[in-house]
Parts: sequence; C-alpha cells; structure tokens
Amino acid sequence: MKFVHGVKADITADIVYMMCPMHLLKLDEMVRSLENGQVLEILTDYDGALEDIPQWCVRTGNEFVGMDEDEDYYKFYVRKAGNVQ
Amino acid sequence: MTKCYFDHVATNPLDPEVLNAMMPYFKEDFGNPLSVYDLGMRARDAIEKARTGVATLINAKPSAVVFTASGAEANNFALRGIALAKQNHGKHVIVSKVEHHSILNSARFLEKNGFVVTYLPVDKHGLVNPDTVKNSITKETVLISITHASSEIGTIEPIKEIAKIAKENNIVFHADGVATVGNIPVDVNDLGVDLLSMAAHQFYGPKGAGALYVREGLRIVPLVYGGIQEGGRRAGTENVPAIAGMGKAAELAKSELDKRMEHSKKLRDRIIEGILKIPNVYLTGHPEKRLPHHASFVVEFIEGEAMLLMLSMKGMYAASGSACSSKALKSSPVLLSLGVPTALAQGSIVFSLGAGNTVEDVDYLLGEFPPIINRLREMSPFAKGWGKGFEGHGEGEKCYTG
Repeated sequence: MKFVHGVKADITADIVYMMCPMHLLKLDEMVRSLENGQVLEILTDYDGALEDIPQWCVRTGNEFVGMDEDEDYYKFYVRKAGNVQ
Repeated sequence: MTKCYFDHVATNPLDPEVLNAMMPYFKEDFGNPLSVYDLGMRARDAIEKARTGVATLINAKPSAVVFTASGAEANNFALRGIALAKQNHGKHVIVSKVEHHSILNSARFLEKNGFVVTYLPVDKHGLVNPDTVKNSITKETVLISITHASSEIGTIEPIKEIAKIAKENNIVFHADGVATVGNIPVDVNDLGVDLLSMAAHQFYGPKGAGALYVREGLRIVPLVYGGIQEGGRRAGTENVPAIAGMGKAAELAKSELDKRMEHSKKLRDRIIEGILKIPNVYLTGHPEKRLPHHASFVVEFIEGEAMLLMLSMKGMYAASGSACSSKALKSSPVLLSLGVPTALAQGSIVFSLGAGNTVEDVDYLLGEFPPIINRLREMSPFAKGWGKGFEGHGEGEKCYTG
C-alpha cells in the first residue's frame, strides 16, 4: 500500500460509517464529476476499501495516488486520468 | 351517531390527494427504485420528488433528508447514530423528561452501553429551561436531544435557544419534530438544529413513512445496514407508495399550513374555554406556547381510560397520555415530570384537532363531556366527600399549578 501525507484534494467525499458498496459507488460518482488531473479524497472507515479502491483504479485506469490515516478512518486519494471511464 | 375524531396527534386520516399520489406505486409503477430499467427509474423519481417536497417543508436541502419507516425510527437513528459516531469524543447525552418513548428508550439503550444520560427536568408547563441545558453540559457531552413539542401536553420548547447553546459548545443537537412538522412552521436553518425527526401520518400522510433531517457534513452511524438506499444511511427497499405519499402530504402542508393552524386554534381555544368551566379540571402544558391543535387536561377523581370509553360510546375519539401509553395503564412520566401527582395524572385526557373537525363537533363534545365526568365521579371512590360533582359548576383552574 502506498502511503501519502498532505495531498491536496480538489473534492472530498465523506462516507465514514457507510458500508460496502458505498465506497465504490461514491468513488465512481465523484470521479465522473472531476476534470482530468483533479484529485478526489475519499474518507471511509470501511476496511474493504483498502483492497477495493486501488483495484478499482487499476480496472478503470485512474491513478491511485495513495492513502493516509486519520484517528478513526482512512483517506484515499484518486487522480482522474484522461480518456478513461 | 355523530362521529368526532379528536385524536390527531395519534394519527390523521389520509388526505385523498395523498392517496392519489400513492396509488401508481401500488399498481403499475411497482418497480424497485434500484433497478436500472424505466420501471425502477419511475420509482426512483418518485422518491426524489418526495425528498424535495419534505425538504421544502422544513427549508432543507433535499440531500439532507433521509427517509425512514416512522418518526420513532428517525428518533432511534438520531440518538444511536450520533452517539455512536461521536463516542470517541465523549459519552454524555442530554435529553429532557418530556421526550417520546422512542427518545427515552434509545437513551436507556445508550446508558446500558456505557453512555451517561442526563434527563433534564421541566417546569410546571413542561418547558425545558435553556439555562438548565447549559449547566448540564460537560466536556463529555456529544449530543442534546429535545422534543420540539410534546404530543402529550402540547408545549412547544425553546428549540432555537437550546440549538444556539449546543452550537456554542460544539455539540450535535437533535429535535424531535414529529408533533410539529406539518402542524406549525418548522425551518431547520432558523431553528439551528443539526437533526430533526418527522412522521408523515402527523400531517395527513400515510403511516410507515418518516424522515430524519441530517445536516450536511454530519456523520451518523446507520441503524439499518444492507444496501445502498438513502446513500447507505438507511438500507432496505424503500416503501415507495408511502414515501411518495409523504412527499405529497408535505407539499399540501406547506401550502395549507396557515389555514390549518387558524382552523385548529379556533377550535382548540373553544375546547379549552369550555372544558375549564368544569370544576377540578386542569389544563396541562403551556397556556400559550402550545401546539395550535392540542388541548390537554387532567380531570380529578377519575381515570382517563374510563373517560375514553364513555366518549367513544358517544362517537368521540380522544387520547389519555400519549397514544402508546394509553394502553400501558401507568401514570404518564411526562405528566409526573410536570409535578402532577400520580393520582391526578391518571385522569389525563388529550383532545387534538384537525381539518375535519367543526365547531359543531366541539359543541357536541362540550355538551356531552361534563355529564360523562359527573357520572364517572359519582361512581368514583376518590370523589367521595368531594361535593356536588358537576352540578357545582365551579370555575376550573387555568392550568395545573402543582
């Protein structure tokens, strides 16, 4: 897993306490709303996201920037790539 | 026989326009809102239209409205959902003693799970003192929940002042708006609440539909886990007809609110004036700061259940205590918290009015109720030695003074 700190996101989706598959639905919905090169920050406490979000990026061709941890949730960063989705 | 329904805080009849709005979703538009085809899309559109209707009624963003199956569920969701979401910051919750059972029992659940709950006292009219709220806050307080109005005594609480105190102390504030939304103006921004519960059947919508307003950005732990309905905040295939009905009822309430309030208030005041002429009958709740459709009393020497039965024999339907505690045969904790003695609290009676009630209905009640009280007092061992009963025709107290 790639850990990052201080990533500046263009938009944040807070889905802490929401269960599977909200992390993937929100990811898809929010990335669609971004311009190419913009970064989405997704806040979640769902453990499955550790595996699912990087895999989603591989599958869709978007860039998985990395993840960070707060006190009781994870922060994932995804950069929208051009010509995908 | 004349039929008069004076129990609108228990529930309301469905508005015919609301029923019409619901029917397609029982019949041809029966699809699951999550299905991708057009049948599902129509159901989904109905839910989003209803969300806009409910949001407009309380001046909120549609995305802040989460549909539930009842007001009680919304109250459970608010208390448990926020307490669990905030438990790493503190485990103290404040509620009042005049809350509905769905709040009080959720608070008890939290107590059993390691939270500390303060149950705020109220004055003789059932009002929570904002200073008492302020003085009850500790470093551990994460949630304050106060009813906007009690359906048992009709008192409207100073929600705006309490919300301000909560905000100043960075504490989440929930108001139970089940008795108020659709019955008096409710604006979540003006009140300053973070969460607000409501129920469709309190404003001529169907049973089985409620909602919780959750301020944007506020994290809440779901009560029901499962699918992605309501943005993952409340799982379960939606009750589409009921939600569509709630949306229509909200639209109607928004446009007819002033007219409904004026109509009910006129009848309520007539009831209060008439019933307080009966000796040893006391108004419960606040004389002015009360729901416009709500008149509640305690009647000395007799008990509520007997009054309800005799009224129903005359075609009149009322309540004693809250709708659910009418059946529990115990003194109302709400009345006891006002300082009403246990014996007197047994004589609780609540008349709540609606669009279908007329002046003739009220006059029928005012004609039939005094002889009912008189007859019951004649049979009551508690009334022994009290005097001439109803024939005395003394002036009743304006409100119960403890």
